[in-house]
Amino acid sequence: MQRLNTYRSGPDEHGHFGIFGGRFVAETLMPLILDVEGAYNAAKVDPAFKAELRHYLTHYVGRPSPLYHAERLTARFGGAKVYFKRDELNHTGAHKINNCMGQILLARRMGKRRIIAETGAGQHGVATATVCALFDLPCTIYMGETDIERQKPNVFRMKLLGAEVKAVKSGARTLKDAMNEALRDWVTNVEDTFYIIGTVAGPHPYPAMVRDFQSVIGEEVREQMMSAEGRLPDSLVACIGGGSNAMGLFYPFLDEPTVKMVAVEAAGHGIETGAHAASLTGGRPGVLHGNRTYLLQDEDGQILEGHSISAGLDYPGIGPEHSWLHDVGRVEYVSATDNEALDAFQMCSRMEGIIPALEPAHALAAVIKLAPTLPKDHLLVMNMCGRGDKDIFTVADALGVKI
Amino acid sequence: MSAAIDTGNTGFGDTGRAADSGRLAAKFETLRREGRGGLVTFVTAGDPDYATSLRIVQGLPGAGADVIEIGMPFTDPMADGPSIQAASLRALRAGMTLRGTLKLVTEFRQTDAETPIILMGYYNPIYSYGVERFLTDARAAGVDGLIVVDLPPEEDGELCLPALAAGINFIRLATPTTDDKRLPTVLANTSGFVYYVSITGITGAATATEEAITEAVGRLRRHTDLPVAVGFGITTPAAAASVARLADAAVVGSAIVNRITANLDETGLAAPGLVDDVLAFVRTLSEGVRAARG
Repeated sequence: MQRLNTYRSGPDEHGHFGIFGGRFVAETLMPLILDVEGAYNAAKVDPAFKAELRHYLTHYVGRPSPLYHAERLTARFGGAKVYFKRDELNHTGAHKINNCMGQILLARRMGKRRIIAETGAGQHGVATATVCALFDLPCTIYMGETDIERQKPNVFRMKLLGAEVKAVKSGARTLKDAMNEALRDWVTNVEDTFYIIGTVAGPHPYPAMVRDFQSVIGEEVREQMMSAEGRLPDSLVACIGGGSNAMGLFYPFLDEPTVKMVAVEAAGHGIETGAHAASLTGGRPGVLHGNRTYLLQDEDGQILEGHSISAGLDYPGIGPEHSWLHDVGRVEYVSATDNEALDAFQMCSRMEGIIPALEPAHALAAVIKLAPTLPKDHLLVMNMCGRGDKDIFTVADALGVKI
Repeated sequence: MSAAIDTGNTGFGDTGRAADSGRLAAKFETLRREGRGGLVTFVTAGDPDYATSLRIVQGLPGAGADVIEIGMPFTDPMADGPSIQAASLRALRAGMTLRGTLKLVTEFRQTDAETPIILMGYYNPIYSYGVERFLTDARAAGVDGLIVVDLPPEEDGELCLPALAAGINFIRLATPTTDDKRLPTVLANTSGFVYYVSITGITGAATATEEAITEAVGRLRRHTDLPVAVGFGITTPAAAASVARLADAAVVGSAIVNRITANLDETGLAAPGLVDDVLAFVRTLSEGVRAARG
């Protein structure tokens, strides 16, 4: 493993994490991307902006979220002491709102009058629609037709919140296509529109900005673990589609050499079947959606469709900082299949009374394998980044149950 | 925003630029002599299949196209509207690849040594092919220029500078959002011509007003001596003629692709007469452009 003095210095001024990241967008968007970067750089050092964000995170989102010792699962695994970071208890039911709150406050500072976003599982779409309702901004959410079908409750929630949900009919009609369509909207309405990207991907400064807004997760874990156990955790586990909840948990700990980090990609039907969404395990570097990163692609550089039972992980790419952390060896990237996630989903529901989203069910699937191999004094934190209400139809269907 | 962008080659001068094929300069010189604006036509390579696509491209000069822009199919054409998205997917389904696109140019060059060919597309297939290998093969095939939508000046080190060093023009898009402060950055490493995207948006969507185009072309001319082509939203012979009066060339893409779409059978394959119909449409565009300054 390559040893660096710090893993927290990226990106450079061009938005690069090693060879990854960058600003691969059409010229029409470039001036706006540079404006967003300038506005974000000013906001992040402005005490008034930080205070405003803190206010809404505390009183509206409900932070800090608890760090909960999962006693029954810990006993069952018979190894590591397992903690859940309860980001599923945030308002709107996932970590996504941490980022949406930051970005909408930035959009307001920039005087933008309209918000767009892409969504896969619908969690980011719901979080975006929520903050748009809060701040009275019109909002258009792009969502693939396939995802609209499998995430109906979230589609209805977005509509209740006043958002316009536009069905995307191109490609496999999932998250990748929703992002293409959101970019097409942005390039058309560049003057008044702010694009709230939901994960640590896209052109610079989005990967860094979204990471920074999500880092509240890891910062809270550090304080909470110090107060619960008097020391840092030994390992951190998070699921990864684009990778925002994982970056948010990991980033504050990247320079702590004793803290091991494991990110869990979606292996779908199994990596060997080709029907998966594990960009790092099964892809290679390429350029899509504004950044260079690991992508699922064919020999000709055409982008392949991901597959996962979890709509939130069903994306053929991954945030560029993850690609870099993978290549320098700081984070270990593993994968879990649809079936492993379904098993973990049910185990967590029955044994902890927490119905997890299918996304963190992938993280839990890795914990199920990992925890029993670790000593009892090993402190493991898994990010429970979303709740599973939205997934009950998908899970019922997979289990052959009629609701 | 900063005009002083590090392109990875700040002392860029003649040493970094190899002589290109000369076909683009010769074409724009001819147009100047003839006192008219040119017609740049766009089709996607391999749409709806390789053989039909080759016949279209081979017929374009005879139908009056001055410059041929060929789309390199990509699964995720983020700056393109529904017509060209569909064309890309049709070509890919029919088995088109970047290698196939270069083969198509090679075959075209066997019977036409003069008409400039511009490849337009997105970076990932080129990156996947390998930049150096791509430039070598493209030059050998007879490609005169590249338009790569998702490579702004900030990423010039990726392909733009290597292309110029390999003797292939890198044609940049300037847009309504490219203000006077940014324009020098956009023009710095542009060669061949400048492609003005007349609207903020995707291909085949809205149309800019003549007034807006006049103003934009005037602004570009104050910053560069390169020829200026204008595209996006030009769908009729009259519109092409109007743009050809104001700029050095008019680019028509989606409207031509729509002629291809209109000539597909119910299974999505080329119906008899497709090539003739597409070329007949190009002829009307060309007549419009040629009459424009008459």
